[in-house]
Amino acid sequence: MPYPNYPDALIARVLRGVKTIAMVGASPNESRPSYFAMKYLLDKGFKIIPVNPGQAGGEILGQRAYARVSDLQAPVDMVDIFRNSEAAGAITDEVIANKDRLGVKVLWMQLSVINEDAAKRADAAGLTVIMNRCPKIEYGRLSGEIGWYGVNRRVIDNRKHAAFNKGGSLARG
Amino acid sequence: MADYGFHTLAVHAGAQPDPATGARTTPIYQTSAFVFEDADQAAALFNLQVFGNIYSRLMNPTVAVLEERVAALEGGTAGLAASSGHAAQHLVFHTIMEPGAEFIAARQLYGGSVNQFNQSFKKYDWHARWADATDPDSFKRQVTDKTRAIFCESIANPGGVISDLEGIARVAEDAGVPLIVDNTLATPYLIRPFEWGANIIVHSATKFLGGHGNSLAGVIVEGGTFDWSKSGKYTTMIEENVSYHGIRFYETFGDFAFCVAARTLALRDLGPCLAPQNAFLVLTGIETLPLRMRRHCDNALAVARWLKADPRVAWVNYSGLEDHPLHAAHKKYCPKGAGAVFTFGLKGGYEAGMKMVNSVRIFSHLANIGDTRSLVIHPASTTHRQLSDEDRVKAGAGAEVVRLSIGIEDVADLIADLDQAMAD
Repeated sequence: MPYPNYPDALIARVLRGVKTIAMVGASPNESRPSYFAMKYLLDKGFKIIPVNPGQAGGEILGQRAYARVSDLQAPVDMVDIFRNSEAAGAITDEVIANKDRLGVKVLWMQLSVINEDAAKRADAAGLTVIMNRCPKIEYGRLSGEIGWYGVNRRVIDNRKHAAFNKGGSLARG
Repeated sequence: MADYGFHTLAVHAGAQPDPATGARTTPIYQTSAFVFEDADQAAALFNLQVFGNIYSRLMNPTVAVLEERVAALEGGTAGLAASSGHAAQHLVFHTIMEPGAEFIAARQLYGGSVNQFNQSFKKYDWHARWADATDPDSFKRQVTDKTRAIFCESIANPGGVISDLEGIARVAEDAGVPLIVDNTLATPYLIRPFEWGANIIVHSATKFLGGHGNSLAGVIVEGGTFDWSKSGKYTTMIEENVSYHGIRFYETFGDFAFCVAARTLALRDLGPCLAPQNAFLVLTGIETLPLRMRRHCDNALAVARWLKADPRVAWVNYSGLEDHPLHAAHKKYCPKGAGAVFTFGLKGGYEAGMKMVNSVRIFSHLANIGDTRSLVIHPASTTHRQLSDEDRVKAGAGAEVVRLSIGIEDVADLIADLDQAMAD
């Protein structure tokens, strides 16, 4: 089980609760993992705002890109950091500085991104923090979809699979 | 993420009521293909950007439940099913190897695997080097700069040899190559190879997992712990892939990347997919795996003890017996049982063995193991026939050897059957 050990209920609450996600480090290159994740989450009905200085003013997957978190307009429910663990520190501080203006409730760091100090600061600022996870994989795991690829979801549930419908919801079918 | 027990996982892992009908048992999705929502979703599916079903050669919802269930029982990150255990091995090596590369295999292997490695794999220019499953140093001596993997069976067929998984895993780790373990004879009920350092597990699910001798199936499980990028040697995992416009599998899919690559490259192109009907039958079998394995092992030990005490028997090779050289390995690696497949020899040698095989009335004379029914075979003339005399002896299948696969019948009836079959 990956570190840290988050309860499924926490991850599900986050993914059900957020609508707009700023994705820092989103790439326009269709072979990059960030492109895969953005494509998937858009497909599930989330609003995704790409944040990438090199792409500012342009579009990724039809979504207008911004240079930095401080350039964004409210509402932004969650910031997903698709950068390395070290870079996550400064981005976290920028998120904390803008959280009230933007309405940020969740700071998410991608799979392999772990920054304990940044996580502590974000937690102290009242943000829900998820590290070392991918929202695409977690959505796929909790909705059941990723089971179609034989992935061990570590879920046992006597109810029907969660709805796979568009709309960004993990609501029960 | 609760830590469910083995019996619970055997019944439930991977399965959930059908979203369309509420069917509680996993439905058999007997269909070749799956409709796309629209052109955009179709493209995203083919690009591997979203999860979904395309075509039953690549994935099938019934088969996927089996894949996830075996992955859960082994404690792995993902599974991938194939049409047989041999097909599963083919997919694993196709994903790891390249022309000119080598791997090291324990010589105590199922004879069919020896054939696959020595003959068919050579046509790909993949080369097996051989070692002793009970001696990790013998693997170390075979490591070269061309080594890409180490392969062994956890409990070897037919001799019931308990491999030194911990020691072999250390050799693999030092060499920077994955340890692939065929866990067919042990099943995760007896041994969970990832806990000893294995990186990939393969199964012939035809045997104890399915357990009823009615379906061929193979399963690959990925441990999620091997770093495919470190050595730069596993090009399929780390290089930009031309058939998926430049994605790198390991970077994109992380700890389940091996199964995604084996599925979307090897299974896609080589084609040995599992039929959903067979997946259903194996899934049903797995629900009772822990109950059956308990019974298989208890019966096997009782039969082995009876044979050991019988004056007509020359030797019994079952590590569950206290005086067996590998009894300590059995207590270390599989204390719940030494498996249900073992060999023995009669004092009457080859002739007496053949007579016994022809005279049993409950044991079935056939080329399989891991059935509810008790089975008997003479490996030298059947499963290990294609090997040289020397290789047969090394594999534990010499001329006088009789192999038993003990079923779940009443053990008194099994013993009575052997007794009458050995009578003059």
